[in-house]
Amino acid sequence: MTLRILYFARLRERFGLAEETLAFDGATAADLVALLQARGGVWAEELAEGRAFRVAVNQDIIALDTALPDHAEVAIFPPVTGG
Amino acid sequence: MKILVQTEAFDLGTEVAAMSSGRTDIGAIASFVGLARDMNESSGVAAMTLEHYPGMTEKALAQLVDDAHARWTLQDVTVIHRIGRLVPGDPIVLVAVASRHRGEAFAACEFIMDFLKTQAPFWKKEETPDGERWVEPRASDNAAAARWKRA
Repeated sequence: MTLRILYFARLRERFGLAEETLAFDGATAADLVALLQARGGVWAEELAEGRAFRVAVNQDIIALDTALPDHAEVAIFPPVTGG
Repeated sequence: MKILVQTEAFDLGTEVAAMSSGRTDIGAIASFVGLARDMNESSGVAAMTLEHYPGMTEKALAQLVDDAHARWTLQDVTVIHRIGRLVPGDPIVLVAVASRHRGEAFAACEFIMDFLKTQAPFWKKEETPDGERWVEPRASDNAAAARWKRA
């Protein structure tokens, strides 16, 4: 499947990337995170187990065991700090 | 319901007047305005920049307002959140809730702010004497939202 992935705030800056389109043959958000971690460097560091980040699919925050639909808009970002 | 994400400033008086304009059934309007502070985590803050996730932000705010409507009998809700660069003293966020009686207006206003802090995709970056830094979430904000969970 094809995913559009967005990064925000500190993660966007650390990855040096705001958005990418990715061919993905996994199933869940956890599979996607594992694929991104495997890039190493800042990816492995920021997405390591125990680091606080959120994943949204089609603009709703989801749990990592959620299955990703084809053509999903996936966003990965730090805990929010508005208000 | 009015939900706005904007760079421009807002005026509390104007927003409250707009809510009650032309109607006489409202008994209470409770409002909250959040301001940019000049101090955070023991260091001075010269300015902050607010980033958000266009699309999801509006969706998340509308969901919070819907949740408040499901929980209390409310007559109107306005939420305005600013983005971009703000300096100390600038208003950041406004929540105003109209209802027949004060109890529901006070409670719903606090509920919306507590969940906005933990659910709406905004991020603050501060300019301090030591350079720029992303604001970290506070445990107290999560605790404030958690206390609304029904047993």
